[in-house]
Amino acid sequence: MKHFLLILFFLPVIAFAKEAEPLAENPEVEARMMALANELRCLVCQNQTLADSHSDLAGDLRREMRGMAEKGMSDKEIVAFMVSRYGDFVLYRPPLNAKTLALWFGPFVLLIGVGLMLVRYLKTRRQRLAAQGQLSEDDHKKAEALLQNNGEQV
Amino acid sequence: MNRYLLPLGVFIVLLVFLGIGLNLNPRDVPSPLVGKAAPEFNLPKLENPAEIFVQKEMLGKVWLLNVWASWCSACREEHPLLVEFGKSGVVPIIGLDYKDNRIDGMRWLSGMGNPYETVAFDEDGRVGINYGVYGVPETYLIDRQGVIRYKQTGPITPEILRDKIMPMVKELQK
Repeated sequence: MKHFLLILFFLPVIAFAKEAEPLAENPEVEARMMALANELRCLVCQNQTLADSHSDLAGDLRREMRGMAEKGMSDKEIVAFMVSRYGDFVLYRPPLNAKTLALWFGPFVLLIGVGLMLVRYLKTRRQRLAAQGQLSEDDHKKAEALLQNNGEQV
Repeated sequence: MNRYLLPLGVFIVLLVFLGIGLNLNPRDVPSPLVGKAAPEFNLPKLENPAEIFVQKEMLGKVWLLNVWASWCSACREEHPLLVEFGKSGVVPIIGLDYKDNRIDGMRWLSGMGNPYETVAFDEDGRVGINYGVYGVPETYLIDRQGVIRYKQTGPITPEILRDKIMPMVKELQK
């Protein structure tokens, strides 16, 4: 039983013990690849970057990117390859184009629209309150009379 | 009454957008390769590493490239349908055994039936990456000029075969 528990305890460790990924010979290449991988989305576990993901595909993609970096391809070229295969979806920063206009500017348009509505509402409210606060001719006379008579009933 | 109309309208528009967003399938990433030439590849065949499958030789034919693997459980779902469809001989189906073990791959085909004209063996997944594979099984419909016309991510269902793939195949084979 004791042994069983011990095994149970270490099971997660065993499960995660994976062979270390081969790194690039050149630490500069590795750093460049990882910086790029941080900007790209893993297609399998979509809330992780390619740098963070433990999925097989992410590992393979890092390997491909490492290879491309070693071949001397520029960052732009490497990202372009990824986009040509997986679409803009791999980019955590979507490019600005007709399809993404709403994404980029929608929130600002919404904010400005709501702001304008608020300004208009406040303006009409102020006018309404001002109108309510105005005394009629009769009210004025009554008020004056009250003041002159020192509060005694007219 | 009138003063509630505008906020209500804005609210409804937002609701519609959120509704659409929630009902989209985030797993379904549109492939930028549809409408583009299928990436060329030459790979050893699954059953005989000495023989090479040359993708270029498919030019002039309408064909399906089905990416599968013996470790992929969703492939198990679509396999019987593929076997059935393969028998009809409407289009050649080429298999791409993706990141698999040769023995496991061959065992899978002998056990569950082989719908493929040929199976190319993509051991390290490089060809898969070139095709933008991310969710096995995936199926590509490629026309006579070698252009990808349709991509199915995930298992093919009888409905997809009937409503999407077959009409396109018929159109392309004209």
